[in-house]
Amino acid sequence: MENKKAKKRSMTMEVCQRLARNKMAMLGLAILVVLVLCAVFADVIADYETKVVAQNIANRLKGPSAEHWFGTDEFGRDIFARIIHGSRVSLVVGLISVSVSLILGGILGAFAGFYGGRVDNVIMRVMDIFLAVPSTLLAMTIVAALGSSLVNVMLAIGVSGIPTYARIVRAAVMSVKDQEFVEASRAIGATNVTTIFREIIPNCLAPIIVQATLSVAGAILSTASLSFIGLGVQPPDPEWGAMLSGGRNFLRDAVHLTLFPGLAIVITILALNLLGDGLRDALDPRLKQ
Amino acid sequence: MHKYVIKRLIMLIPVVIGVSFLVFFIMSLAPGDTARTILGEDAPIEAIEALNEELGLNDPVLIRYGRYMVGLAHGDLGTSYKSGRSVFTEVMSRFPDTLKLAFWGMIFAVVLSIPIGIISATKQYSLIDSVSMVFALLGVATPNFWLGLMLIIGFSLHLRWFPSGGSEGWKALVLPVITLGTGCMANITRTTRSSMLEVIRQDYIRTAKAKGVGYRSVIYKHALKNALIPVVTVIGLQFGSLLGGAVLTEAVFSWPGVGTYLVNSIKAKDTPAVLGCVIIFSICFSIVNLCVDILYAYIDPRIKSKYK
Repeated sequence: MENKKAKKRSMTMEVCQRLARNKMAMLGLAILVVLVLCAVFADVIADYETKVVAQNIANRLKGPSAEHWFGTDEFGRDIFARIIHGSRVSLVVGLISVSVSLILGGILGAFAGFYGGRVDNVIMRVMDIFLAVPSTLLAMTIVAALGSSLVNVMLAIGVSGIPTYARIVRAAVMSVKDQEFVEASRAIGATNVTTIFREIIPNCLAPIIVQATLSVAGAILSTASLSFIGLGVQPPDPEWGAMLSGGRNFLRDAVHLTLFPGLAIVITILALNLLGDGLRDALDPRLKQ
Repeated sequence: MHKYVIKRLIMLIPVVIGVSFLVFFIMSLAPGDTARTILGEDAPIEAIEALNEELGLNDPVLIRYGRYMVGLAHGDLGTSYKSGRSVFTEVMSRFPDTLKLAFWGMIFAVVLSIPIGIISATKQYSLIDSVSMVFALLGVATPNFWLGLMLIIGFSLHLRWFPSGGSEGWKALVLPVITLGTGCMANITRTTRSSMLEVIRQDYIRTAKAKGVGYRSVIYKHALKNALIPVVTVIGLQFGSLLGGAVLTEAVFSWPGVGTYLVNSIKAKDTPAVLGCVIIFSICFSIVNLCVDILYAYIDPRIKSKYK
């Protein structure tokens, strides 16, 4: 038992050390830490009521200045404050929608991989149907049916991500289900569900973690896309895609309306992709070689 | 091989049935009264009831789906609530514009990404490799609708080189194609590079070099052909995101394609139009995936031999 713990700890340490050696991954992580801090302390950085939603027509379309770092929008609201509060929306949507995909897709994939045969066939054919609809379109259809709101956007993006996780988890489960530790678990009388969730899933976490990191980036991008075409987060709530959409009418005179929210999206996605790539290399060093 | 193609084509039928059921079921979850949406909030209740009856909306979902499928089997995607015209006609009148955008977007992505990926792999850790990988990373991270807006600001509003909207002439195609193709280009570049890196370290490449085969021949004849399988897979998968991206690109450039029609239909709660667009997009995606599978056989004789 002690040995197993020590080995587990050393493997985790090894992965962390490999990740720490990857400068690009560390850059991504640093950006993400800043972003999370901004989201957590958004109210301390900029007051929601006065700077994010309150309109001030006298201040409308002001360029970047010492007072308003990123300028103001068509309603005189501070763009920097809206971007900071928008990071909350993006991160929450990213994390919750990926959790929805991960939990539902993971359970389906685990059962398909573990039981095989007819169960696998039925689950995976249903997943194939989901995969036949491009994910952005599927998310749009769900939002179109349920209506535009933050919860529906999270649900839509979460559901459209289910097949990806079902496939990954199924493949991972199939690769380990015939190993000795699974047989041992069965031999001591563990139920199938216990074996799947206690023994198999923890042993195939690597590809799931990598995919989850990259999926958060995809979810943030999808949220911004849906909001951009008016199907996502509704005004006056601050969301990066919705801010970009609002800035479209002022492209000639007020570039800052579209420039800064767009940069916020690019930097966030870039950071998540760098960390995701780094994690993949750290968890499977063969890929790096 | 022919048998395989026919089998795959037949397998498209359950996919279409499944997709149509999925989308039909999702759309049936929509709250509110469709007849009220069409007639307006102030419409008398009798008129709403009559329209619901006329459209068959009082029937259970499965009956409505069955009716829809019978129509679909005859090439009928229903009638748009908004325009009163056939959805099939509406979608098909816009489809060539979307196809043009997607086709040139993919050509732009493939023509640039594969050579860049090859150069990056053969000159690993060089300046050109670093620069192209930074661009690839940025390309993946940049939302295409934002890139489109930035291109409009730079090349349309300031330099006045290209129009900011419409679909007339080749100039109108340039900015939407760059907008749509950049994300795909970035993904294909990364895949080409990593696939080439893996292949050029194989023993048979070393053997070819040792035998004195020319550099170009080693790279383009021996290595590239073997590195193409994952690249073709990514190209096929990217086509799906290209269709999703086309919706956003069309919204940015007021491109008169199926994407713009889909977004307008979603906003107008025009269920038959939304269903029609998603089904057509999904069929296109499935056909592209089929083409990718067939292409595998031509690239890799080992795969072809399985179907003989």
